Amino acid sequence: MNPTNYLVLSIILFSIGAAGVLIRRNALVAFMSVELMLNAGNLAFVTFARMHGNLDGQIVAFFVMVVAAAEVVVGLAIIVTIFRTRRSASVDDASLLKL
Amino acid sequence: MTSTLSALATAVATEGGHGGGQAVAEATGVFDLTWLLIAFPLLGAAILLVGGRRTDKVGHLIGCAASIASFVMGLVLFFAMVGEPSDGRAFTVQLWEYVNAGGYSVDVSLLLDQLSISFVLLITGVGSLIHIYSIGYMEHDERRRRFFGYLNLFVAAMLLLVLASDYLVMFIGWEGVGLASYLLIGFWQHKDSASVAAKKAFVVNRVGDMGMVLAMASMIAVFGSTAFDVVFSSAEGASTGWLTVIGLFLLLGACGKSAQFPLQSWLLDAMEGPTPVSALIHAATMVTAGVYLIVRSAAIYDLAPDARTAVVVVGAITLLMGAIIGCAKDDIKKALAGSTMSQIGYMVLAAGLGPAGYAFAIFHLLTHGFFKANMFLGAGSVMHGMNDEVNMRRYGGLRILMPATFLTFAMGYLAIIGIPPFAGYFSKDKIIEAAFADNWITGLATLIGAGITAFYMTRLMLMTFFGNRRWKQSELPHESPPVMTGPLWVLGALSVVGGFGLLYLGAGIVDWLAPVTGEAHHDLPMPLWLLITITLATVVVGVAVAWAMFGRRAVREDVPAGNAITVAARNDLYGDAFNEAVFMRPGQYLTRSLVYFENRGVDGAVVGTATAVGGLSARMRRWQTGFVRSYAVTMLGGVAVVVLAMLLVRLP
Amino acid sequence: MGEAALFWIMAPIAVLGALGLVFSRKAVHGALSLAATMISLALFYIAQEAPFLGVVQIVVYTGAIMMLFLFVIMLIGIDSSDSRVETIRGQRVAATLAVTGVVLLLAGVTIRATLPEEPAGLAQATPDGNVPAIADAIFGTYVWAFEVVAALLITAAVGAMTLTHRERIVAKATQRELSIKRFSEGAPGDAAGLPVPGVYARHNAVDTPALLPDGTPSEDSVNRVLVARGAARSTDEFRHHPTPADIEAAAEGDADEPAGEPGPDDDASGGERA
Repeated sequence: MNPTNYLVLSIILFSIGAAGVLIRRNALVAFMSVELMLNAGNLAFVTFARMHGNLDGQIVAFFVMVVAAAEVVVGLAIIVTIFRTRRSASVDDASLLKL
Repeated sequence: MTSTLSALATAVATEGGHGGGQAVAEATGVFDLTWLLIAFPLLGAAILLVGGRRTDKVGHLIGCAASIASFVMGLVLFFAMVGEPSDGRAFTVQLWEYVNAGGYSVDVSLLLDQLSISFVLLITGVGSLIHIYSIGYMEHDERRRRFFGYLNLFVAAMLLLVLASDYLVMFIGWEGVGLASYLLIGFWQHKDSASVAAKKAFVVNRVGDMGMVLAMASMIAVFGSTAFDVVFSSAEGASTGWLTVIGLFLLLGACGKSAQFPLQSWLLDAMEGPTPVSALIHAATMVTAGVYLIVRSAAIYDLAPDARTAVVVVGAITLLMGAIIGCAKDDIKKALAGSTMSQIGYMVLAAGLGPAGYAFAIFHLLTHGFFKANMFLGAGSVMHGMNDEVNMRRYGGLRILMPATFLTFAMGYLAIIGIPPFAGYFSKDKIIEAAFADNWITGLATLIGAGITAFYMTRLMLMTFFGNRRWKQSELPHESPPVMTGPLWVLGALSVVGGFGLLYLGAGIVDWLAPVTGEAHHDLPMPLWLLITITLATVVVGVAVAWAMFGRRAVREDVPAGNAITVAARNDLYGDAFNEAVFMRPGQYLTRSLVYFENRGVDGAVVGTATAVGGLSARMRRWQTGFVRSYAVTMLGGVAVVVLAMLLVRLP
Repeated sequence: MGEAALFWIMAPIAVLGALGLVFSRKAVHGALSLAATMISLALFYIAQEAPFLGVVQIVVYTGAIMMLFLFVIMLIGIDSSDSRVETIRGQRVAATLAVTGVVLLLAGVTIRATLPEEPAGLAQATPDGNVPAIADAIFGTYVWAFEVVAALLITAAVGAMTLTHRERIVAKATQRELSIKRFSEGAPGDAAGLPVPGVYARHNAVDTPALLPDGTPSEDSVNRVLVARGAARSTDEFRHHPTPADIEAAAEGDADEPAGEPGPDDDASGGERA
């Protein structure tokens, strides 16, 4: 099977994830969309690793996973803290960074 | 007279050339304590100014004690110095190092020699008398303690000025007396005129100070030092051009402090200060600092004839200007201030004559210190008894009511117009001799000056103490208390015998100063007796004219219109108008145009830029919604742009 | 062939899961859809000679991270659903444009790139198998990055604890203080504590109000959080509503039973209280 198919799938998933970040207001959904984009990227890495016979792609995917895990921990903590003080999980409500 | 001449001749024969060549020894014994001279009044000032109201009760006593202690110390040093051989009377007292910047170092050290001890005795002696006088004069002033604090500060600064052995250290004293003068002119600061006069004195003095600063900078450039010994000993090797420049800068400094043309304008206004201040600072001591500066810098002026000529010209102009102004003033203190200007003009002129005149300048300075302080204090005594009236047209016939004041004032009067054997006769006559010996023009200037002096002083005497009584107050004018008349008597006595005593007592002042100033013989173009006769005749003519104008006729209470010269003299010969037109107005226009340029040009550019940026950011900030998702769109757009750019770059 | 079958089966599932994430109104549905996508991705990893990553994907992503998400969703409110109305003007248009642009660009890149028809395979790169080769790389070439990432993880854990930590600003009230407070501030009737929820044949739960000795249901017995959420049963449901027969009986036995049942007045007051 032509491995390009995996790349196309990766593009589709990435774009859907990006659309999710842009469209959804719920912080958790937006966050999960980011995870989806990371996963799409991982798929591309793994595909390229196999395509070129080079293991480095898998290593990078591994590191992406670890960093994503760290990111999720901190991100969810932030969401919980914001929710605690503002009683809202909408990213639009946290819009004080303006004049 | 002949004995004077012979003394001169012998002195010239043994010693010629300029001063400053005297060997200076490290101070030992009592001379080590020279610093006490400055320390006493400085301590007094510190106690009085820092001590605050707690010292209100005894403030005047502390002030007097500090000044008198300094005077006693000065006497001790003087007699110790007399005991030394005549060529070993200069001592330097090393205190501490003030500045050490690479090759340039300044030591705070004191130079005690014949010249500075003369000043020390004048400053502390007359200063002490005026301190005592002030006890009575300022009795009703609730800020008397502060007044004495300022006086002590002045005495300390003035002593530092004359004792310093480095131009920079001297400059500290120079500025210190300027500060004290400012504080004391504006002592009655609630009066608008007093604070304005103080400000004026300060500003005009700054102009002179710039001359001092430039002179010191030139010395550092040429000699690498501002210490007296270095500068004077290496002056020979410097180019005449540089020496002339330094001399002219020093002259500018002297003009500022001594109210010489063209910086004379502040002195007349300075009379807003309390009268003891006018007597001490603006007659006897501070204003003579310029003369001291020139005489002290003899080594430079000796080698710069052009600078000396400038000094003579400045002195001649000022002596005539001051005399003319003195003729027209109705304010007794301003008339005396004009006289002070004129007399200092004499000293400066004498100092400009070189070794022939230095000693006479100092001689006249000392006698002038006596009789002018005497007359100022007398004027203060009159004002004290006349409820602070200063207009002479409101005086008249006071000799009966104030006998002590009148008698002492008369001694000063006879001294200043140069009637033998009063003090002024000896000193002024020497200057006139030296001026005639130099050339006819300066001689004539001094001679005319002597005539005008006789005129205005006689006018002052007649208007104040003689003639019809023009005061209208219900309270009779009264004689001042003994604490005020006491100093008057002492100064009056000095006005009588000071000249004769200084000139002939012991070795005489000329020989006394010779190691510092050097000496030179002058050849008179006419016999000495002729010159003396001419001078005395001129004086008598001046007195007679004044008598004809003010003695025979009743003095009018209103101010007559007067002729053009009188009007000009009343306006200080338009000195203020000149300054205003030439310096103040253009300065104002300059600052106004600069302010305009600043507001419109610089500020306009800056503010305009700021406004533009502000407006731009006000519009751009609309982009900042704070919505994370909007930013995410931007980020994604940015990613797209980056990818596109990479594609375009790699396309071929 | 087998791989193609796997791909064509799992790829639509993955896309559907992704779309489900974006379009589900409830976050919990989105999380489950994402889990489906991740599992299919894990299968793709395994199919593409990355068995280690596939397992890690399942264990770490699907197992740990998605569970973390679910926990947070539970904390925040499992059944809150988002409104679909876009509040930022132009956001939809901008998002569509941006996503379309990115899709076009990435597609363009993929199309223009010269990619091999057949993958080179990892047989040469991993002679001893996938896991030893990855171990070799991680603990050999990339050991420094690995250490840094470890530090990052620890920092993240500490950061999360710091962020969610709540500082107690007043001392916790003791049992004794609570009792004193109850007697000094509360109504005397509540001094013995609130009535516990009722238990009935039909409703064996905390959302059922207790019946007081006089037979009226007590609102205080139900947790007010449940009431606020609308999850508690209404007290009206347990109030005794007199039927016409009851009224008759009451009228008849008026003299027998002076202590009347709760009348309409009581009802009205009960209604007000509700």
